[in-house]
Amino acid sequence: MEQLLSVLIGVLVASAVYLMLSRNLLRFLFGLILLSNAANLTIFVAGRLTPGAPPLVPDGFDAPIGDVANALPQALVLTAIVIGFGLFAFALVLAFRAYQSLGTLNTDEMRVAEPKENT
Amino acid sequence: MSWYLTLPLVIPFAAAITAYLMRRSHLGRWVSIIGSSLGLAASIALMIVVLDQGVVAGQMGNWPAPFGITLVADLLSAVMVLITAITGFAVAIYALGDITERQEELGYHALFQILLAGVTGAFLTGDLFNLYVWFEVMLIASFGLLILNGGKEQIDGGVKYVALNLISTILFLTGIGLLYGMTGTLNFADLALKVEGVENQGLLTVVAMMFMVAFGVKAAVFPLFFWLPAAYHTPSFAVSAVFAGLLTKVGVYALIRMFTMVFDHDIGFTHTVLLWVACFTMVIGVLGAAAQSDFRKILSFHIISQIGYMILGLALMTPLALMGAVFYLVHHIIVKANLFLIAGIAKRLTGGTEVYQIGGLYKSAPFLAILFLIPAFSLAGFPPLSGFWAKYIIVKATLDVEMWFVAFIALAVGLMTIYSMTKIWAEAFWKPHPKGIEPELKTLPNKAAQLIPVAGLAVLTIIIGLNPEPFVIFAERTTAQLLDPSPYIAAVLGVTP
Repeated sequence: MEQLLSVLIGVLVASAVYLMLSRNLLRFLFGLILLSNAANLTIFVAGRLTPGAPPLVPDGFDAPIGDVANALPQALVLTAIVIGFGLFAFALVLAFRAYQSLGTLNTDEMRVAEPKENT
Repeated sequence: MSWYLTLPLVIPFAAAITAYLMRRSHLGRWVSIIGSSLGLAASIALMIVVLDQGVVAGQMGNWPAPFGITLVADLLSAVMVLITAITGFAVAIYALGDITERQEELGYHALFQILLAGVTGAFLTGDLFNLYVWFEVMLIASFGLLILNGGKEQIDGGVKYVALNLISTILFLTGIGLLYGMTGTLNFADLALKVEGVENQGLLTVVAMMFMVAFGVKAAVFPLFFWLPAAYHTPSFAVSAVFAGLLTKVGVYALIRMFTMVFDHDIGFTHTVLLWVACFTMVIGVLGAAAQSDFRKILSFHIISQIGYMILGLALMTPLALMGAVFYLVHHIIVKANLFLIAGIAKRLTGGTEVYQIGGLYKSAPFLAILFLIPAFSLAGFPPLSGFWAKYIIVKATLDVEMWFVAFIALAVGLMTIYSMTKIWAEAFWKPHPKGIEPELKTLPNKAAQLIPVAGLAVLTIIIGLNPEPFVIFAERTTAQLLDPSPYIAAVLGVTP
């Protein structure tokens, strides 16, 4: 399972990098969300995978018995997903506003703040 | 839970909520000032406690470390929190004369307070994932401030700032995941103990490099700094001052924290990389500044070159060098924020920030000229100002380890800094205004609100410069804590390693 997920993470990162190399801001953002999902999966796998063993504490015990799933990485991933979602929503709106006011999504043409020198 | 650890965080959040609710009545500016002054009082209290008791730690939600989230303040955290509060207070006052009513209605003061909370939280946390969360708090507030009521220029700068910072965030998150997979913990103190037991030390170095790149983007080191000069000259002056003073320094702080406490297993490799990075950052930053002609763009490139000195202090990793880095960090925040505030006054008086198109400030506003000279000379390292001591300690540390060429670079960069400060001085202050305007300070709206913070920060620079001894002793104690983390670990985990 770990190997399978590792390959998946690799594919996600590769596609993300491909998309992020594009000059189009929207494609760059799509790449970014793929990359952030790859990061989330990395945390998930780093916490070790245990199929079908919820970390529940039986009555009368202080700790779960036997090998159970690690709850911490899942909590981390949840937090990261929420934060990532918020940032991505902001970035999308920013891209839309950039298109409205600059008239382009091509990052090479975004030179308002750093105009080319007249040589 | 200890009040002195939580108050510096609770106050800005409370101020942010109150300011947001009052944004239409324009009372937010006063909420912001009161909140910042309370925050300043809270961080002074924290500093007194830390000086008195050594490292203090608090477990949030009463979960014992390393399971819960820990807030820790050692001397480095405490001084960073204090300097954040001082800068925040100065900029909150300055905002009276800089922020438009439209920006207030859109929630400027709330975002500003959240930014301060995020920065403070990043300095106080003792948990790696929590550091990530504070980074995000800080980041989203800075996004908002950057493009608040912005035109084309702000949006354009914002796109680059957002894009590159998000990449660094994701790298940071991946690093956290991998480090957790190797050590099973995210608590700084616990990590410091557990990294030694990691089987594959080579892999640990790989993760260390991921953190170096992630924090390097935040700290704007070579070759990862491109977002900074693309964005820092676009927002309001109050915003760019607080960005210039604080945001990159959070990256430097995170680098110092991680590469003294956790990643000290392979100093020969990681810190050599840092040394190269530091040298290139100093040189490229100062050369970039020489090529610019916009007041704030020159200053932005100088941030980069000055970051190089701090990284150099960390890279050498000797007690003296680290002490220099800490001293530099504090000095730089005060001076750089002050220069950006002065750029704002200069713009309002002369109508521009392009130094070739403005002028005449020395003749018509000599007081402002003096206020500019103090931080400008301090930045370049003139005695007897704070920058002289900061540079002196770093260069001395370089000479002590017999790295002659690095010392030469550090000194040469100082000289080049004077070159661009002279350019600003000669163009904006000395030469007559090309359009014949003779702007006087009297005509400035809300004059006191703009001049008092600038003068206050300048006085701080002079105090540090004329009486460096207590600050040097303080930096020495801070360094001792950094190089021997056992009090830190004992405070957090409750056991002596």
